[in-house]
Amino acid sequence: MSATGEVLLPATRNALSLLLLAMADDELVIGFSDSEWTGIAPILEEDVAISSLAQDELGHAQALYRLLAELLVDGRDADAIAYDRPPEGYYHARLLDHHRGDWADTIVRRYLYDTADSVRLEALANSSWEPLAELVAKIRREERYHLMHAGAWFERLASTPGEPRARLLDALERMSADAGTVLTELPTELALEMAGIVDAPSRELEARWRTSLAPVFARLDLPRLPPTRDVATARTSHSDAFRELHAGFTSVRRIDPEATW
Amino acid sequence: MIDEPAVRAALAEVPDPEIPVVSVIDLGMVERVDVRDAGIRVELLPTFIGCPAIDMIRSTVAERLAAFGVPVDVDVSMRVPWTSDRITATGREKLRRSGFAPPSADTSVACPYCGSTNVALDNLFGPTQCRSLLYCRACRQPFEQFKTI
Repeated sequence: MSATGEVLLPATRNALSLLLLAMADDELVIGFSDSEWTGIAPILEEDVAISSLAQDELGHAQALYRLLAELLVDGRDADAIAYDRPPEGYYHARLLDHHRGDWADTIVRRYLYDTADSVRLEALANSSWEPLAELVAKIRREERYHLMHAGAWFERLASTPGEPRARLLDALERMSADAGTVLTELPTELALEMAGIVDAPSRELEARWRTSLAPVFARLDLPRLPPTRDVATARTSHSDAFRELHAGFTSVRRIDPEATW
Repeated sequence: MIDEPAVRAALAEVPDPEIPVVSVIDLGMVERVDVRDAGIRVELLPTFIGCPAIDMIRSTVAERLAAFGVPVDVDVSMRVPWTSDRITATGREKLRRSGFAPPSADTSVACPYCGSTNVALDNLFGPTQCRSLLYCRACRQPFEQFKTI
C-alpha cells in the first residue's frame, strides 16, 4: 500500500491528486445532498433508494480519499481530507453546488451527474495506475444501478405531462448550463493523459457524454444542453447552498475530531 | 496443525452481520488465505465499497482466527472486484432457504418461497447496499434479492 505513488513522476502525482480530489469531492457532495432526503423522500421506496444511493456515493468518496491520502503522504488521513477543509477548499463540480431543491432537481442533478461520471469512469477503466483502475472497476459495478435509477426517473418525469414535466424542465433550466462542469478540463490533465492514467482529454470525454445524451433529449423533446458556463471556475467557485451543506456535513467532525460514527 | 483448509473451515463460521445465515466463505469474500510460520494472513473483498459491515467482519475474522494462537493479519482489499457470482452454491441455497433470492446472471428471478418467476421488481435498492426489493405475484410475498454486481 505504501508504494502507491512511489513510481510516479512529481508532475503526474500532482495531476493524479487533483483528479482524485475532484472525483472524491463530487461523490462526497452528491452523497451528502442525497442523504438529505432520508426520512422525507416523496415515497417510501424512494426514501430507501436515495438513502442507499447516498451510502454508495459516500463509500466511493471514502475509497477515493484513501487513495489520495496514500498518494499525498502529508499526514492527513481520508477523514481529514474529507472534512477539515473550509468550503472554498473543495473541488467538486458546480453542478453539485445547487440546493437540494425538489425531487425533480434531485433527479436532474443525479441523471446529469451519473451519465457524465460514467463517461469519466469508463476513461479510467484501463488506467495505467493500478490502484485507480481496480477501484474504478468496483465503482462501475455499483454505478450501473445508479444509472438505471436516475434514467428511469428522468424518463418518467419528462414523459408525464403537467406538473412532473414542468418541474423537470424548471430543474433542467437551472442546472443544465452547469452539467458539463463534471467533465471540465483539469489544469494539470495533460500529465494524466501522457502517463496513460486517463484514455482521453476532458474535452473529448465531454463530447462523448453530450453525444450519448443527445438522442435521449431528442426522444423526450427536451431542450438541447447548453454549453458549460464559466468554465474557468467550474470547480472553484462555490455557492451559499454548498456552504450550508458543508456546515452540516462537517458538524460532527468539528464537535469531536476523534468521534467514530 | 494450522493449514489453509483449517483456516477456511474457521472462516466458514464467521457470519455476515447483515445476513447471518451466510458466512464470509459462502459469500466468496475470502480472496486469499496465506498460512506461514510467522502467522496467518487473510485477504477479504468487500461486497460493496461503502459496506458499513466490513470493519465488523474484519474484526470478527481476526477474533475467530486468534484461536489458532499465531499472529493474524486481516486485509480488506479491492485488488479484484468482488462480484455476486462469487457466492457459492451452498451460499445460494442458504440465501434461498431464508427468503432471499440469490443474484442471477439473467433477468429472471424465482421467488424463494414458491419458486414462481411471476415476480415484480419493487425497488432496485433495499435495506442494505447489497439488496433489492421484489414482490411475488403468485404467492403474494415480498422478498429481497442479493444484487447482481
